[in-house]
Amino acid sequence: MSEQAKDNQKMVIKLLVIVVGMFGFGFALVPLYDVFCDITGINGKTANSAAVYTAIEVDESRTISVEFITRTNTGMPWEFRAETKRIKVHPGELHTVNFYVRNPANKQIIAQAIPSVSPGQVALYLNKTECFCFNQQPLLAGEEATMPMQFYVDPQLPEDISFFTVQYTLFDVTGKGDSLAVKDNPYLREQPKSGT
Amino acid sequence: MAHSTDTIAPEHTTAHEHDDHHDHHIPSGIKRWLYTTNHKDIGTLYLWFAFIMFLIGGAMAMVIRLELFQPGLQIVDPNFFNQMTTVHGLIMVFGAVMPAFTGLANWLVPMMIGAPDMALPRMNNWSFWILPGAFLILLSSLFMEGGGPSFGWTFYAPLSTTYSGDSTALFVFSVHIMGASSIMGAINVIVTIFNMRAPGMTWMKMPLFVWTWLITAFLLIAVMPVLAGAVTMVLTDKFFGTSFFNAAGGGDPVMFQHIFWFFGHPEVYIMILPAFGIISQIVPTFARKKLFGYASMVYATASIALLSFVVWAHHMFTTGMPVAAEMFFMFATMLISVPTGVKVFNWVATMWRGSMTFEVPMLFAVAFIVLFTIGGLSGLMLAITPVDFQYHDTYFVVAHFHYVLVTGAIFSIMAAVYYWLPKWTGKMFDVTLAKWHFWCSLISVNVLFFPMHFVGLAGMPRRIPDYALQFADFNKWISLGGFAFGLSQLIFLALLIKACRKQGEPVSSQVWEGAEGLEWEIPSPAPYHTFETPPVVK
Ligand code: HEM
Ligand SMILES: [Cu+2]
Repeated sequence: MSEQAKDNQKMVIKLLVIVVGMFGFGFALVPLYDVFCDITGINGKTANSAAVYTAIEVDESRTISVEFITRTNTGMPWEFRAETKRIKVHPGELHTVNFYVRNPANKQIIAQAIPSVSPGQVALYLNKTECFCFNQQPLLAGEEATMPMQFYVDPQLPEDISFFTVQYTLFDVTGKGDSLAVKDNPYLREQPKSGT
Repeated sequence: MAHSTDTIAPEHTTAHEHDDHHDHHIPSGIKRWLYTTNHKDIGTLYLWFAFIMFLIGGAMAMVIRLELFQPGLQIVDPNFFNQMTTVHGLIMVFGAVMPAFTGLANWLVPMMIGAPDMALPRMNNWSFWILPGAFLILLSSLFMEGGGPSFGWTFYAPLSTTYSGDSTALFVFSVHIMGASSIMGAINVIVTIFNMRAPGMTWMKMPLFVWTWLITAFLLIAVMPVLAGAVTMVLTDKFFGTSFFNAAGGGDPVMFQHIFWFFGHPEVYIMILPAFGIISQIVPTFARKKLFGYASMVYATASIALLSFVVWAHHMFTTGMPVAAEMFFMFATMLISVPTGVKVFNWVATMWRGSMTFEVPMLFAVAFIVLFTIGGLSGLMLAITPVDFQYHDTYFVVAHFHYVLVTGAIFSIMAAVYYWLPKWTGKMFDVTLAKWHFWCSLISVNVLFFPMHFVGLAGMPRRIPDYALQFADFNKWISLGGFAFGLSQLIFLALLIKACRKQGEPVSSQVWEGAEGLEWEIPSPAPYHTFETPPVVK
């Protein structure tokens, strides 16, 4: 009988290893999911750091329509709209579009914009050299700002795609994590515009 | 013949003592049940617990159907309605169906493979006794300020993270305990089947109930830990500032659904594979023929279990997956109906030209085969991606999963109870009551769930306390069917109480004329200790 008990114990240990392994696997699904989506781009998330624009050949033969949609998450009081709703671009061309935000609340709010591209696979071909979504955006009560987004479409974009939509959702992340101090916000309207 | 005086409810405590050579004395009263490590006692505990949960979860369904009896909001407020749908689902899945199957496994697996007990009796005691605690926590959360969980049994983020109440912590904790309990139960089943089979009980001689439970147990240890991970992530997202499912912090709410359904789809098979086993035991007995295609049944069960890991996203067709993924999950899902079809075919082939009789277990088994197949067919419809865009989150889905779970899993459990109850108590149950129970249940369950297909196709959304006027007539019928089904279960309750009081005609050890297998070779009622010396299986 004790022989039996030993066998049982061995088996229990093996099974517990599976249990612990599967618990770990549940958590491993999180990075796996992100990696999988990064590679395939299927969840429409664009890269969250700037791409570098190297002069590439512009493909004049194709014209792609890009549409911009904005929304604020529930409970987020900001006004948020795209100043350019729709733009026609040639793959390889660098473009800048602006987004307007205003904080109508009577307190400082820090925002984070989250992009989503549809159809999802376009996320792999939409390269942003500058985006307000790379950083959190603070605004004091009543302040407004214009936030630029600079991008180009990779000429490798699959032939069958001639139209895609970029959506930004603005989340209230006040008190969560690091953000620029308000005075450093480069997009504030009050600031003298640099360049042009 | 047993004398009428040895009627200690609900089990045979005294009857066996004269031939019990064990020095350990069985304590009586509550202590017996608290400390018991006997597989039969623990099986009984599980089964009664599951039945009580079935009645509590059923009472919640009555609240839901009362509110939906008429359009408009009249009986309960929407937040409470949502708590009812949520807790009803959780209780029926984790409190009724799963513990009932574990109870049956405890009673039957050792007897079927010629083992004296489960391999790990101490752990067996624990895995049962943590369950009532888990459900006490879950149920008590309903009385908290702001109410209990109201985000659906699927607890999708952000409903369960951003928009849930404080009771979410209790919900998470109780799911952890339920998970631990079923993992322990599953480990016990696996070790018992691997290490405790009687000499000669080779793999391909094992009764199908044992096979299906073995495969179910592997599914359990593979996916219950993933569920534990998912609830843990919900907990930390809600209370500790992580962002697993929060887009603003870099997470993704759709990922919740992937993780949940990676658990969730195998979970639905956890709730049906043991049912397949039960039906495969019962049909040959009352058809007086050997099961048609035993080996193909084993392989079909194993392939259903394997395939169940690659179909989860059929619950997520409308989340905006790329077309290639939609296609993959559509075809993979349809593929599952092939082994499922094999099973249905084999049961029908077993009955074909058999000398059939329709005792109560067989009535439930035949009803299972017909009605489960209806549920499988609506499942096939749901698996077709483009049409799922219409059906998703409507009452059509509710109809589908109630056909597979109520007339599937639960009917199989009732069939099993009627089939083995005489073996457990030594007495035939009250057949008249049982027939009333069967026919009332059969008619009312179809009045309850069949019209749901139509209101679903017409667009009535699930989990909403109010509905458009056009659905009023159907919903009235659905509710009436619901109340009738609920009441029918009280007949079952009466029958079970009578059975535990040991009323009824004594039965032979074989009980049913065509029954075969080790459990039918020991006396009825099954003695407290069986197969102390292993039988030899030829
Ligand atoms: C032929 C086999 C089956 C197929 C093809 C199938 C297919 C599906 C599909 C596609 C859905 C998702 C519907 C939607 O939300 O739009 C679904 C939902 C569901 N199925 Fe099945 N199914 C099958 C068998 C089963 C079985 C055997 C069970 C359990 C015993 C089951 C339980 C469920 C449950 C509980 C849901 C709903 C989950 C929820 O959203 O709350 N299904 N099924
Ligand atoms: Cu599924």
